[in-house]
Parts: sequence; structure tokens; C-alpha cells
Amino acid sequence: MTAALHATTPKSDDKTDARVVRRRLGPGRRIRFAFWIGPLLALAVWSVGSATGVIKPAILSAPWDVAVAFEDQWSNHDLPGNILSSLERAVIGLTLGVVTGAVLAVISGLSRAGESVIDGPIQIKRSVPTLAIIPLFIAWFGIGQEMKIVTIALISLVPIYIHTHNGLRGIDGKYAELAETIGISRGDFIRHVVLPGALPGFLLGMRFAVTSALLGLVVVEQYNAVAGIGHMITLAEQYGQTDVIVVGLVIYGVFGYCADSAVRLTARKVLAWRQTLEG
Amino acid sequence: MATDTRGLSTEQAVRVRNLHRSFTKDGGVLNGLDLDIAPGEFVALIGRSGTGKSTLLRALAGLDRDVDGYGQITVPGAVSVVFQDSRLLPWKRVLDNVIFGLRGADARERGAQALAEVGLAGRERAWPHQLSGGEQQRAALARSLVREPQLLLADEPFGALDALTRIRMHALLRKLCETHRPAVLLVTHDVDEAIVLADRVILLDAGVVDTDVRVDLANRSRSDAGFAALRTLLLDRLGVDEEGRR
Ligand SMILES: Nc1ncnc2c1ncn2[C@@H]1O[C@H](COP(=O)(O)OP(=O)(O)O)[C@@H](O)[C@H]1O
Ligand SMILES: [Mg+2]
Repeated sequence: MTAALHATTPKSDDKTDARVVRRRLGPGRRIRFAFWIGPLLALAVWSVGSATGVIKPAILSAPWDVAVAFEDQWSNHDLPGNILSSLERAVIGLTLGVVTGAVLAVISGLSRAGESVIDGPIQIKRSVPTLAIIPLFIAWFGIGQEMKIVTIALISLVPIYIHTHNGLRGIDGKYAELAETIGISRGDFIRHVVLPGALPGFLLGMRFAVTSALLGLVVVEQYNAVAGIGHMITLAEQYGQTDVIVVGLVIYGVFGYCADSAVRLTARKVLAWRQTLEG
Repeated sequence: MATDTRGLSTEQAVRVRNLHRSFTKDGGVLNGLDLDIAPGEFVALIGRSGTGKSTLLRALAGLDRDVDGYGQITVPGAVSVVFQDSRLLPWKRVLDNVIFGLRGADARERGAQALAEVGLAGRERAWPHQLSGGEQQRAALARSLVREPQLLLADEPFGALDALTRIRMHALLRKLCETHRPAVLLVTHDVDEAIVLADRVILLDAGVVDTDVRVDLANRSRSDAGFAALRTLLLDRLGVDEEGRR
């Protein structure tokens, strides 16, 4: 057998980079402010449409009219108060729903007994639209704040439960085996293995939960609200003020968008250990 | 359900008597196996694929709740297990993985020291996915040794590593075992690895210890005549010759 060894010498000394790089199949690097591009584009289309008269004011008020209406509501009709009271409802209901959903998911995920008691009812509840249960809640809790919070809690509980449970059951069994050989307590096992392992599922559930909570908010505020964005919209409807209705819708939209981004940002921070296409 | 008599060992690190394990009604995987391992002794366990090496190891580790069988098992109180995959929790940084479940104020310090011992000083804050396969396995070794086990059970810990990394891991494991002196039961499918590392090689066949040889070599290099003779003996007992023919 003969073999010749050559020292490799560069063919030329110019600095052109002749690397062969594979075409990327993942989404690639993150774009800065990518987040705002979509919404700004929508706003631009709306402005141009209104300015050229393609979008009639009777159909949808122009952005500047909405801005004026916003200013008017803010200074003359207690818009800040309405926003706060809507936020309060949403936050209390969401918190209740998220905590309950997560606790139920951990119980039913870790114990067969818990699963047999909890899982069935939640799956049944899941196939009955929460909004269809509102009449029953009104009979139970009246049309006050209680009914509104319970509805929001229940509507956000379901996605949290489903996704946390799913994430928890998806944890690789070999980590449980490792924990057994190390000999840790059940509490430490939940804290160090179960909760972090179920976190991606929980956060996905959280994204569905915040949008569900807002949906619930919009609906319950149609019932006899004395304050809140829904109350403002109901009044505007009676007086035919489309611009005020749009103010309300935009505020709902901003709520949803901010909540969803907050969850996504949190997810990116706390899931730094994952190597995914998310990047 | 395994109905063993289990106990904590006194003289021997490991004492197994008449151990039976079966997954199916017809025929067991372990059929009355006896095994003793002295404190500080390094035993390599070889055997054809599917002869029950992992089954034995899991029985010693107490990880076979759902397997049928009976027998007597005596092991020390402090047992560590190293698996073929490193099983580092992906959501914990390397140091936190090493000291996972460890108590005491000096846990972090001991963990960092164990990492330094396996040559991973400075990687404490890395995520497991940022380590190479060999580095992950070294972190897993650090996680086992920081617990100061009296018995180290390892199931093909280097099976997924490339040949070069494996040789470096052999040297590391020997050094660590000489410092910490745990009794070791190392499962491997590699006869050379068994001879290089162990004080004793046992060969599992038909559910019992078929061959049990002491490795008394002054020189553990593969070119040594004693090494070659031992390799030939073991390969013969495994039913293959040097060229791999049956
Ligand atoms: N969980 C299991 N269920 C059913 N059969 C199993 C299980 N684990 C191992 N076995 C069987 O037991 C035998 C021994 O397996 P194992 O101990 O893993 O072998 P080794 O580690 O020596 O390759 C094999 O025939 C395997 O198919
Ligand atoms: Mg095996």
C-alpha cells in the first residue's frame, strides 16, 4: 500500500470566503422589532383605506377619528377607570383559573387516583362551551362581579390543565428513573423534575388561557356591567358611536397582544435551556 | 413484582444469591444467579446482547419493581448509577445537575470539585445540550462520584461514545476509582474495555455467571501476551473467535 501525504497549501491568498454553507431550513435568526411589523402594517392599510375613502366612516371610523374619540373618552368619560375595572376582572379570573388548572394538572398527572377523579370532568367540561354555561352561572351567582370572575376563571382553566397535563406526561420516564436512583423526596421530584419538565406545556397553555380569558371578559361584560370596556361599548352601541366602539375593540386587542407577548417573552427567558427552532 | 430479600451489606459490597428474574411465563432472564463483589473491587460484566446484564444491574439498583422474580440481594447504602445516556436534566445547568438532590451547605463546592476532577472545570454554568457526548458522560460521572458511593453501577456508560473518547474515559474512570475506591459493576459489550478496566471479569450466560476470571496483568496494554490470552478466552466463551465468526 502506498500513501502520499501532502501538506495542504492554500490555493490563493485572497480573503474571499469560499465556505459552502447549507441552505437553512429553520426560520433563521430573529429579526429586531419583528413583533411590531404586522400590527403596523395593518394600521397603515387602515389609514390609507380611510384617507382614500375606500373604508367608509359608517363601516369603520378612520384611525384619527378613533384617536379623537379615545381622547374624549379618556378625559370626559373615565376611560382609565373602565380599563382598570376590566383589567381587574380579567386578572383575578385568569389568576384563579391558571392556579387551579395547574394544580389540577399536577395532581392528575402524578397520581392515578387523581387522574380518575379530575380528568373525566375536565374533558367533559371542555366539550361544553363555557359561554353556554353563563345562564347557569347567572342563576347561581347573579349578574354581578362574582359570575364574571368565575366564568373567566373557568374558561382559562381548561387550556392550562390540558397543556400542563400533556407536558407533564411527556416528560421522559428516564428522568424519573434517575431521580429514583438519586433517592430524592417526592416534593423535590415535583420541584426539580416535574414542574420544569411541564413548563413548556404550561406556557403554551398560558397563551391560550390569556386569549380565552379576554374572550370571556368581552362576553361577561355584556351582562349588566356598570364599569369596564364592555360597558363603554354597550353605551356607544346605544348612541350609534362607531368610533367609540372601535376604541373599545382596539383596547381589547392591545390587552390581548400585550398579554400574549408577555407570555412569549417569559417563555423565551425561562426556556433558555431548550435548543429549538424558536431560537 | 420482585419479592427479594434485600439488605445492607457488611463484609462484601455486593452479595447476590439465587437471583431469578423473568419477563415472560416461559423461561427466565436470570436463573439463580450468585455474585459477590468485595469493597473497592472493580468488576466488569460481559455477555451477549439480551443475556440479562441490564436486568441484573437494574435489580441491584432496585429499579425493577415491575419485574417478576425472587432472590437475595445485599448492597451498600450508597449506590450510584451511570446510564448509557447521561440523563442530565436539560433544564438544569451542569453544576446543578451534578449536585441534584445533594444536601448540605458545601454542595456547590463539592460539585465544582467533582466537575474539576472529570476535567469540566469552567463549564459549571453550561446547559447540558452545549456539551459534547463525552463531556455529558463525564458530567454524569461527576454526579455519581460526588455522592461518594460505596457501589457504582454502570450500564454501558461509554457505549455511545466514539473510540477515541472512550479510551480517554477509560483512563479517567480508572483514576477516579483509584481515588474514591467504590465497588464497581460495569456492564460492557466490549471485551477489551473489560480487561483494561476491571480487577475481575464475569460473563453472563443463560441467566447465571458462566465465567469468572481475575485480571492479573502487570501490563494492561492490548499488545501484551497475557491480555491477548484473556481476550481469546473470553471471546471463546462468548462464542466468537477473533475475527468475529461464530
Ligand atoms: N421491560 C422489559 N419487558 C420485556 N422484556 C424485557 C424487558 N427488559 C428486558 N427484557 C428482555 O430480557 C432479556 C434481557 O434483557 P437485558 O437485561 O436488557 O439484556 P442485556 O442488557 O444483556 O443486553 C432480553 O431478552 C429482553 O428482551
Ligand atoms: Mg443492556
